[in-house]
Amino acid sequence: MSQVRLAGTGMTSFGSHPDRTGRDMFASAGLEALEDAGVPAADVDELFYGNFIGTLSERQGHQGPLMAEALGTTVPSRRIESACASSGLAVHDAVRAIGSGDADVVVAGGMERMTNMGTAGATDGLARAADDLYEVQSGVTFPGAYALMARAYFDEYGGTHEDLAHIAVKNHDNALVNDHAHLQQEITVAEALEAPEIAAPFGLYDACPISDGAAALVLMSPTYAAEHDLEAGVAISGAGHGGDTMALHDRPTLSRTPATREAAKVAYDEASIDPNDVAIAEVHDCFTIAEVFALEALGMYRDGEAIGAARRGETRRDGELPVNLSGGLKAKGHPVGATGAAQVAAVATLLDGSHPRAEAVADDATIGVAQNAGGTVASATVHVLEVIDE
Amino acid sequence: MTAATDGGYDEFLDALADGDGYFYACSNEHGLLPPRQACPHCGDRELARRELPRTGEIVTHTTVSVPTPQFDDNAPYVTAIVDFGQVRLTGIVRGVDRDDVAIEQRVTATVEPSETTDDRTITFRPAQ
Repeated sequence: MSQVRLAGTGMTSFGSHPDRTGRDMFASAGLEALEDAGVPAADVDELFYGNFIGTLSERQGHQGPLMAEALGTTVPSRRIESACASSGLAVHDAVRAIGSGDADVVVAGGMERMTNMGTAGATDGLARAADDLYEVQSGVTFPGAYALMARAYFDEYGGTHEDLAHIAVKNHDNALVNDHAHLQQEITVAEALEAPEIAAPFGLYDACPISDGAAALVLMSPTYAAEHDLEAGVAISGAGHGGDTMALHDRPTLSRTPATREAAKVAYDEASIDPNDVAIAEVHDCFTIAEVFALEALGMYRDGEAIGAARRGETRRDGELPVNLSGGLKAKGHPVGATGAAQVAAVATLLDGSHPRAEAVADDATIGVAQNAGGTVASATVHVLEVIDE
Repeated sequence: MTAATDGGYDEFLDALADGDGYFYACSNEHGLLPPRQACPHCGDRELARRELPRTGEIVTHTTVSVPTPQFDDNAPYVTAIVDFGQVRLTGIVRGVDRDDVAIEQRVTATVEPSETTDDRTITFRPAQ
């Protein structure tokens, strides 16, 4: 088991922040994480920073050093772009940097600014996560791509738009007490079903909002934590990364997401756990169907069986496996480059009791999982977080 | 758009527009669309050109109501993935009411301009 410790978390609220630049938002999240960890900027060895379309939205490339500066350091840094899995990959690479002994203290996080692009601009920007030649030029939007997968899933296993609506209702409900969430708004199944269509079978409430925001984590070696007497009671005990073809039409099936499955296998093996050991999960529900894909690929449900999980109550906060207690991307929001790190932060704070929805986590729960997906799951990361007993 | 990226794809679209569609198959019979120098499924580099069957079957579809700017004037429109046996294509479905588009429906593939930009788009029409 990897002993990489998660010592601090920080994030801005997710939402529409027209008055804030990317560097301003990442500074807030990163400085908060350093303070939370009790680590000075001078002790940071590296910055791993996730961002998707900053070059388009802010006309700013080479954001790694810019964001390091914003945290008060000029340590080596890199911007990691892997669409919506950008900061999941930043965390993954940070875990490897510490695990290999290359670094003792790393800041991993991400930022996205999107609302300034408007709906058309953001739709265009997000579509860049699909294959430009084979998909974008054939009219595929990002919601459209997931809608193609949803219809294929329904065709193979069954399921209805109403099943999806229950996922949206659950995640909106979970976000009601999360002041960092973009949407703190209760919705009903009927409202979800009657919302304007964006890409059939999806209506507006099947999609996550377009959000601005930043999230950051401070990761460290157990040696550094011990030497500095730092409280770091959560470890990232497994980190996996999986891949697939970009274009949906090149995949043998559209009803499953092997990249997540691959990432989960690596992460579970590294942590020496299996899906039954997991008490809570934060998964990449950019669209309602994506939560279904994630739960099946994570091995929490057999193929074709997660579609009814929210409707049956199993994944609600009083269910057997609470999923997306933060509100998920669906209601917490999805500033693309910040999402993966924010999911890891949510699992950590749910496990250590400091998250506003922590009361829904069983007292004896020690293991949680965060799953982050890029594009239509051409990239995926899975992280296993464990409360450690010392 | 560089010639290096689109060269093979443009030639493919030309052929599709002329009714001479083709695809590539690697030594392990994975079907691929140009441009490719290697098969993403097995790494094989021996890609042989094959004739694209005249008709294919819709595997999945969606009606896009919120388009990207390149398709502004087309919305709502239907995008589908169509199975031609060994290879699949993604394109826009025309010539059929969007409520009547169905999985397993047979279509032909051609190339038509987008209504917004005049860019060429793979287009599926009901098979006669």
